[in-house]
Amino acid sequence: MKYLLQFGIITAICFVSELLHILIPLPVPASVYGLVILFLLLLTGSLKVSQIEDVSAFFMAILPVLFVSPSVSLITSADLIMENLLALIMMMGISTIVVIVVTGRVSQGMIRRKQKKEKTENAE
Amino acid sequence: MLNNILSESVYFGMVLSIAAFWLGAQLKKRWNYSMVNPLLIATILIIIILAVFRIDYETYNYGAEYLTYLLTPATVCLAVPLYKQLDLLLKNAAAIFAGILCGCITHILVVVGIAFLMKADKILMLSTLPKSVTTAIALGISGEIGGIASITVIGVTVAGIMGTVIGPFLLRLFQITEPIAQGLGIGTGSHAAGTSKAVELGEIQAAMSSLAIVVTGLMSVILVPFAVSLLG
Repeated sequence: MKYLLQFGIITAICFVSELLHILIPLPVPASVYGLVILFLLLLTGSLKVSQIEDVSAFFMAILPVLFVSPSVSLITSADLIMENLLALIMMMGISTIVVIVVTGRVSQGMIRRKQKKEKTENAE
Repeated sequence: MLNNILSESVYFGMVLSIAAFWLGAQLKKRWNYSMVNPLLIATILIIIILAVFRIDYETYNYGAEYLTYLLTPATVCLAVPLYKQLDLLLKNAAAIFAGILCGCITHILVVVGIAFLMKADKILMLSTLPKSVTTAIALGISGEIGGIASITVIGVTVAGIMGTVIGPFLLRLFQITEPIAQGLGIGTGSHAAGTSKAVELGEIQAAMSSLAIVVTGLMSVILVPFAVSLLG
């Protein structure tokens, strides 16, 4: 019964998220509603991690495999990709590099500033 | 001929997906290069098999799409690691939020800028915009703004592989030494694939990188459609 209940809870969250996705006219995928709902349930203590841990571990383990079919679907737009190969490489490559550097530098700057402030406060 | 028989099989696509991924994971175990990515190997392998045996994508996906349905519950479960890292999240909330927000906005600006400079098709830009988040959310955003799912997946895969291969080099080059910042940078730029690299860098890097996956996903859900509506 343990697995059935855990699977049932996660499926129920998915169902509620799906309803939200249908009813709320926002470009938010159902999965994101579900993620937020589960996070809030855990945060408020309505649900304990142990009540879903086994089935969620299963889903985390198979997660990468679920992307195989969407990846293979690239053969259905092979022409479009080949025609725009250079633009795609530039867009995808440069943006990834820039994001890693910008996020890292900004958060590092803020952490360092906070540490400095705490140090001077402690010194006084 | 083969296509006709298999087009009525549900489990063909599922078995092929799982077997190809399993093979990819075994190869990764043997040669631990970042370039050896199980998803990439499985994708190339299946494309070759479909081409050699003249099997349509529709025939393969007739069964494989049932695996895709599981993306929703699997993404919902990402809330569990996020919850487990709550303390670390709250303690550095401002730096985490600012870093990821700047990363998301920069990503949109760079993609739109390059698309404009290279006069790329608008649909390619729309498909690339959601790419720095985890595939499940990226596919959701892509669908909402009218992108092509397969190109979004390529973008996500490229981002993941790049983060894994050149991520640590970028951190050194730009002197990003703070563990939290290292994890956030890699997680924001290259999601779960990058996180597998962050795990090798250290515990804090791993925690922050998986946190960044979720926060980047949530921010992009709001920011990307908003940016697209501004572009008209």
